[in-house]
Amino acid sequence: MAEYIVMPKLGFDMREGVLNTWLKDVGDLVNKGEVVAEIESDKATLDLEAQVEGTLLAFLEEAGAVVPIGANLAIVGQPGEDISGLKGGVSAVQKPATKEAAPAPAGTTAAATAPAAPSGEAISAEFPAGVKATPVARRLAEERGINLAQVDGTGPNGRIRRSDLEAYVAQPQTTPVVTPEPTPVAAGPDTEEVATTRLRQAIGRRMVESKTTVPHFYVTTEVDMAEALALRKQINAALPDENKVTINDLIVKAAALALREFPNLNASFAGDKLVRHQRVNVGTAVAIEGGLLTVVQKDTDTSTLSKVAADNKTMIARARAGKIKPEDVTGSTFSVSNLGAFDVDHFIAIINPPEAAILAVGSVKQVPVVVDGELTIGTRMKVTISADHRVTDGAEAAQFLQVLKGHLERPLRLLL
Amino acid sequence: MARITMRQAITDALREEMHRDENVFIMGEEVGVWGGTYAVTRGFYDEFGPRRVRDTPISEMVIGGAAVGAAMNGLRPVAEFMTINFAFVAFDAIINHAAKLRYMFGGQMKIPLVFRSPGGGGRQLGATHSHTPDVIFAHFPGLKVVSPATPYDAKGLLKAAIRTDDPVLFIEHATLYQIRGEVPEGEYVLPIGKSDVKREGSDVTIVGYAQGLQVAMEAADELAKEGIEAEVVDLRTLRPLDMGPVIASFQKTFRAVVVEEGHRSYGIGAEVVARLQEEAFDYIDAPIKRVAQLEAPLPYSRELEQSALINKQRVIAAVKEIL
Amino acid sequence: MDKAMLLEWYRQMVLIRRFEQKSAELYQLGKIGGFLHLYVGQEAIAVGTIAARRPTDHIITAYRDHGHALAVGIETKAVMAEMLGKATGISKGKGGSMHMADVTRNFWGGHAVVGAHLSLAAGLGLSESYRETDNAALCYFGDGATNIGYFHESLNLAGVWKLPVLWICENNQYGMGTAVSRASAVSAIMQKASAYGMEGKQVDGMNVFEVYKATQEALQAIREGKGPQFLEMLTYRYEGHSMGDPLRYRTKDEVEKWREDDAIGILERHILENDVATKEELDGIDHTVEAELTEAVQFAEESPLPAPEELFTDIYVED
Repeated sequence: MAEYIVMPKLGFDMREGVLNTWLKDVGDLVNKGEVVAEIESDKATLDLEAQVEGTLLAFLEEAGAVVPIGANLAIVGQPGEDISGLKGGVSAVQKPATKEAAPAPAGTTAAATAPAAPSGEAISAEFPAGVKATPVARRLAEERGINLAQVDGTGPNGRIRRSDLEAYVAQPQTTPVVTPEPTPVAAGPDTEEVATTRLRQAIGRRMVESKTTVPHFYVTTEVDMAEALALRKQINAALPDENKVTINDLIVKAAALALREFPNLNASFAGDKLVRHQRVNVGTAVAIEGGLLTVVQKDTDTSTLSKVAADNKTMIARARAGKIKPEDVTGSTFSVSNLGAFDVDHFIAIINPPEAAILAVGSVKQVPVVVDGELTIGTRMKVTISADHRVTDGAEAAQFLQVLKGHLERPLRLLL
Repeated sequence: MARITMRQAITDALREEMHRDENVFIMGEEVGVWGGTYAVTRGFYDEFGPRRVRDTPISEMVIGGAAVGAAMNGLRPVAEFMTINFAFVAFDAIINHAAKLRYMFGGQMKIPLVFRSPGGGGRQLGATHSHTPDVIFAHFPGLKVVSPATPYDAKGLLKAAIRTDDPVLFIEHATLYQIRGEVPEGEYVLPIGKSDVKREGSDVTIVGYAQGLQVAMEAADELAKEGIEAEVVDLRTLRPLDMGPVIASFQKTFRAVVVEEGHRSYGIGAEVVARLQEEAFDYIDAPIKRVAQLEAPLPYSRELEQSALINKQRVIAAVKEIL
Repeated sequence: MDKAMLLEWYRQMVLIRRFEQKSAELYQLGKIGGFLHLYVGQEAIAVGTIAARRPTDHIITAYRDHGHALAVGIETKAVMAEMLGKATGISKGKGGSMHMADVTRNFWGGHAVVGAHLSLAAGLGLSESYRETDNAALCYFGDGATNIGYFHESLNLAGVWKLPVLWICENNQYGMGTAVSRASAVSAIMQKASAYGMEGKQVDGMNVFEVYKATQEALQAIREGKGPQFLEMLTYRYEGHSMGDPLRYRTKDEVEKWREDDAIGILERHILENDVATKEELDGIDHTVEAELTEAVQFAEESPLPAPEELFTDIYVED
C-alpha cells in the first residue's frame, strides 16, 4: 500500500520547511533511512531521510516549495499502484479550496472529482487562509502580534481557542512579534536584490522581537586573561587536536559556573513570573553562511571542560557544514557571542529570547596596564553582558561579571 | 442567622413593610380569610384587618387596574395574582397602565405598586397553569421585573419593590417557596436591578435566575466534583437587566451558559447572549449556550412534563460542550 | 344659580366647542397627529359634572378628553401645546390628544384603551375609601365601554367594596360606528348598573342643568356612604368618532335633530330668557374665548419640541 513521505518536524519550533532538492526521481527505489531530499528549516539545511520503503511513485511538491510540517511531499509504494485516491487527499491539504471547486479538466485523475474530503481535511484546506479562531483568540493574537496561522486549534472543527493561543505563547522561543514593514528601498541599476535565506529571516524575526520587547541593559568589565591563557596552553599541550580547548570554551565553562550562583540570569521572563531553569545550557553563537546559529552545550556547569570543548567543536563543524541536528541548537538558557577572533575591542549583543542574558566577548589583547602603581603590559579581554531588565538589574549583572571574572582570572576551578 | 423558607422570607417582608408604612396594603384573590393560596399571607387578615388585607373577586383586570389607580393616588398596593398565568388576563393593566402612565403623562404620576405572583412549571398543572412568562413582562420599559432565587434575596428585594416608587412585577417561583436559606434578623433592603455572583469560579460562567439559578447552582456543585469551577451569576432582576457582573465574569471565563425555566425562543438567554456578543465580543471563546424549556406546551403527565423542563444534567452537558 | 356660575358654564362650553373646531382645522393642516376625537355636542356633560365636584374629587375619562381637560381648568395653551406635541404641553408632548392629565387638579387623564380606566377609577375610589375620606372619583366612559370586561369587573368591585365612584356613561349612541342597540344586549345602559347593586339613572346630557343636578345628588349619596352611583348621560357627538370617520352609520337628519337640542343653545336660551345676561355679554365671552384660543394656538406653534433626551425621562422614578 502506498505511503507518504512527509515534511518532518526538525526542531520543536519548526512550522514549515523548504523542500530544497529532491535527491531521488520518480521510479527510484527508496529504502528506509535513505536520504531522499534536502530540506531547509529556519536554522539549517537538513537531510530528509525516508521513513517508508518502496518505489517513489509521485512527487507532490516541487523543489523550492515551502511546505508545512506534516504535509505530504511524495508517494512511495508498489510500482503501478493506483494512487489517485491518495492524491485526492493530498490536494485537499495543499491546494486552496477555490481551485478544487474549478471544473475538472478532462483526463484528470479521479481526485479532482472525488467527494468532498472529510471535515478534518477540509479544515486543513482553509488553513491558514481562513483560520478559524474564537473572537477572544483573535483579539489576543492581535494584541500579542501572533500569526494565527501558526497556532494549532484544538477546538471544534479545529477552531483556535484562547487556550491554544496561551499554549502557543508558553512555548519557549516561539513568540514571534509583528515585524514592522521595512522601509521600502527603490530598486534600480545600482542595486542588486538577493533573496534572504530562511535562516536570515528567522534571525531577523527573533532579533526584532528581542529588541522591541525585551528591555535590554548592558554592563561591561575587563578580565585579566593571562592565567587563563597559560592554563589553556598547558592543557592543550596534552590534548589531541580534536579536543583542544578554545578561549571560548573557557569562557563558556566560566559563565556556566557563574550562572549557578545567579539563577536569575539563567531564567526566562514569563509575564507575571520568572521561570528559572534547573539546567545550565550555555549556547555559543556560530557564524555560518547566511547567518548565525547558536550551538548548545547541555549541562555546561556539570560537564568537564574537555567535554565542553569536544562537543562545541563537533557541533560547530556540523553547523558550518549545514548538517546541524535539532538538538544541537535547542534548549539554551544563556548565550555567549564571541567575536574575539576578529580583533574586536568589545561589543554588545542582542538577547536570544527567551533567555534573560547574553555575554558578548571581545578579543584578548596585550594592553598597557597599571599594576601596583607601575605601568606594565597586561593580557586583557572585555566582556559585556546584555540582560533583560524585567528579570534582573545592573547590580546583579555586575556581580555576575565579578564572579565570571574571578573564574577566568583563577582558572583552575574550571577544571574541577 | 436563621435558615428560613423563601415563603417565610416573603411573609416577613410583607409583614414588616405593612407595619412600617400605613399606605402598604394587600389585595388579591384569597389573600385574606384563606391566608393566600400559597399561605404567604396566612394570619395577615387577623393581624391587619379587612381594610389592609383585601380579598377581591376573581377579577384580574380590576385587580390590576385598581392597584394602579390606588397607586396613582399615593397608596402602595401589593396586588397578588394567584398565579402568573392569570396575570395574562391583567396584561393590559400591567403593561398599558402600570408601566406606561408615568411616561405618557410626562412624569406627573408615580405608580408605586407591586404585583406579586407565583409562577413556574413542574407541578403537573397542565399547559395554562405552568408558564414561566417572565421575559414577556420584562420586554416593556416602565415596569421592573424581579424574580429572586433565594430567601435572602426574596426578602430584601420584595422590601425594595414595595418601597420603590415604580411598578414592580415580583415573580415567585412556586417550587422555591420550600427552599431554605440564611436570612439575617432585622431590617435590610437589596437593590433592584443588580445581578449577583452566587458562586465564584474561573472555568465557565453560568447565568440564571429564580429556578434557573437553583438548577445552575446544582450543576455547578456537580461540575466542581470534576474539577470544573463554574461562576454562577444570579440576574435577580430581568428589568432593568444588570449585565455588569455577567460581562465581568465572562471576561474572566470566556464562555457562558444561560439557564432559564422559560422557553428558549426569545428568552432571557437570547437577551443575555445578544448583549454578551455586543458588549464582550472579543472575549468569546466558545459558543454561548442556552438551557431552557423545550418548545412545547407543558403536559400534565409527570415524566413528560419533566422532560421539557430544565435540570442540572442539561446544564452540565451544555457546560461540557463548550469547555 | 348665580350669574357668574352660568356665564362660566357658558364660557367653558363655548371654549370646548371652539377648541375642538380649531383642533379639527389644525389636524387637517397636519399640525396635530395621531388620533383626534372631538367632544363637540357633549360639552354639557364635562362642564356640568365637573362644576358639581369638589376639587378633591377625582376626574378620569377616556380618550375623548379635551373637554374634561379644559373643564377642570387646565390652561388652554397647555392643552393645545399637547395637541401639537410640544414640550410645553400638559403631558410634555408625550401623551397627545388622548392623554391629557393634570394631577394637581386631580384629573387623572384621558385613557385610550376602552374600559381600562374604569379599573383605575375603582383604584382611585379605593384610595379614598382606604383613607376614609368622603372624596369621590368621577369616571367617564362611552356606551361602548359598557360591553367590555373591565366595566363589569370594575363596577362589581366598586359594588362589593362600596367604593366612592360615580360612574358616568356618556351615551352618545355609538361605539365608534356601532349603534348601542347593535352592541349592547340592553339598550338602556343604566340597566347594567343594577347588576352591581346600583340603581342607575338616565339624564339629559344635553342639558347642563340636569347634568349638574344629577351629579350633585349622586355625589351626595356617595358621600353619605351609599356606595358607587351610576349616571347614564344621553348625548350625541356631532362629529365622527374621530377624524376621518366616514359617518356611514347615521343620517344627516339624525345629526340635525340632535343639534336642535344643542347643549350650548339650551344654556344660552336659559341665560337670555331669564335675563341672566345680555346677548352682548355672551358675545363678549365669545370674543374672549376666541382671543384665548388664538393665543393658545400661537403659544403651541411657537413652543419648542420636546428635547431629544426627553425620550428617556419619566420612564421610571428611580432608574
